[in-house]
Amino acid sequence: MQLDDLYRRVIMDHYKNPRNRGKFDDDSLTVDLNNPTCGDRISLQLKLEDGVVKDARFTGEGCSISMSSASMMTEAVKGRTYAEAMDLASRFSSLMQGEAVDFDEYEELEALSGVNKFPARIKCATLAWNALKKGIHEEE
Amino acid sequence: MNAELIREQFPILHQEINGHPLVYLDSAATSQKPRAVLDALKHYYEWENSNVHRGVHTLGSRATDAYEGAREKVARFIGAARTQEIIFTRGTTTSLNMVASAYGPAVLQEGDEIVITPMEHHSNLIPWQQLAIRTGATLKYIPLQPDGNIALEDAEKTITDRTKIVSIAHVSNVLGVVNPVKELAEIAHRHGAVMVIDGAQSTPHMKVNVQELDCDFYAFSGHKMCAPTGIGVLYGKKHLLESMEPIEFGGEMIDDVGLYESTWKELPWKFEGGTPIIAGAIGLGAAIDFLQEIGMDAIHQHETKLAKYATAKLSEIEGLTLYGPREREVGLLTFNLQDIHPHDVATVLDASGVAIRAGHHCCQPLMRWLEASATARASLYLYNTEQDIDRLAEALVQTKEYFG
Repeated sequence: MQLDDLYRRVIMDHYKNPRNRGKFDDDSLTVDLNNPTCGDRISLQLKLEDGVVKDARFTGEGCSISMSSASMMTEAVKGRTYAEAMDLASRFSSLMQGEAVDFDEYEELEALSGVNKFPARIKCATLAWNALKKGIHEEE
Repeated sequence: MNAELIREQFPILHQEINGHPLVYLDSAATSQKPRAVLDALKHYYEWENSNVHRGVHTLGSRATDAYEGAREKVARFIGAARTQEIIFTRGTTTSLNMVASAYGPAVLQEGDEIVITPMEHHSNLIPWQQLAIRTGATLKYIPLQPDGNIALEDAEKTITDRTKIVSIAHVSNVLGVVNPVKELAEIAHRHGAVMVIDGAQSTPHMKVNVQELDCDFYAFSGHKMCAPTGIGVLYGKKHLLESMEPIEFGGEMIDDVGLYESTWKELPWKFEGGTPIIAGAIGLGAAIDFLQEIGMDAIHQHETKLAKYATAKLSEIEGLTLYGPREREVGLLTFNLQDIHPHDVATVLDASGVAIRAGHHCCQPLMRWLEASATARASLYLYNTEQDIDRLAEALVQTKEYFG
């Protein structure tokens, strides 16, 4: 069944036990993004130092796809340089277009590959990544 | 009324989606189209297509007759006193924006009031927000009761002598409540304000009579009532429409054009600049014929009965929150499943061939009032059956198991 492609155990795990959910109690760079067509919201906080994503946290509300994607993204980008993080983001976009992409850095991201079969849901999966790109752009 | 027989007339309903027979429960977003409407469009393009109001040739007359014939059908359908009061537009959004931009600035002064409710669709909210910003008028909201209804006492308190426009949905596209628009019109008139009604969710489902309601403007869309997209109606009382300036200038809407000044055609054409939505209007006429043959009262009864069945069926599902009043006469059911986001619900349902809507339904202020970031909504129409509701309920139970 197609659904099992979409809601793999990994996705449900990240949805129910999100990593890096919460806020830093300082004035870390914050990016708020929402998805006006469906109401998903994310507030992403990034600790950016010396060209590296030192840490990331998020809060927000949305479906299992958007929230698990945010959880995975924050795990995947920690400790990456801006260039590496942007490269991950661009490969994630390719994954959403249905291309076969390996994420050796953080394989769990591949669990979201099934989303490309659900065009209406791609924007859910990319919300957190768009916030990341916006944050790094602002910093640069 | 036999919904099974009616279904036969909707070709789109007879297909499989993701391996299951389609159950279409998103008619509040847009309705499906019966064979009669599809045939009318085909016939128009094959036998009558021509521009209206100026062709000397035979096709021009046929197209004009069909287009103006559709206007007469609309006038009768909503009980308007005259065909001049029926303006064809692109849909409810355009109709409401026309009132806000052509009527609003002429009557509003700084400090005057526009009154709406928090349950309005964005299309009956943002035009007034913008108008208030432009004119310095105040936008006021009649508060909602805990179950989502409007209390007339609250309306009495909110509408004052400074109120110039009251604009309210006849039926909420989320809560499924039918608002007391006739009584609200009385209150508005007592204070010298005009009453605008957003009829997008009422006109397809129940008998509407604009003279009985005594509203000043009434807006609705064709595509939610079996007609094609791109056609809608603005009804307005003649003296009000006459007092308003056109919004779009160009062909079709002029009387005499000079180098520096021009004059306009009479109603309704002064508001229909450019080649009008001819096929759309003809399709709307065909949809009205189709609905009237079944009977608006029969359709309304069918939906009320089905809504009752659905309310009972959904209430059996543990962890399901149904928004709006318990008793409802329209087939709009907005709900959430505990701990499962409505997008996920809609995706799992789609995998079972059940089409519902998830999101904020163009009602962000209302979502905040409901304290929900998004909701799922199943909406019914004349072609839905109890079996559709059973399929919905089964799929919801499966969704719970899936995420459980």
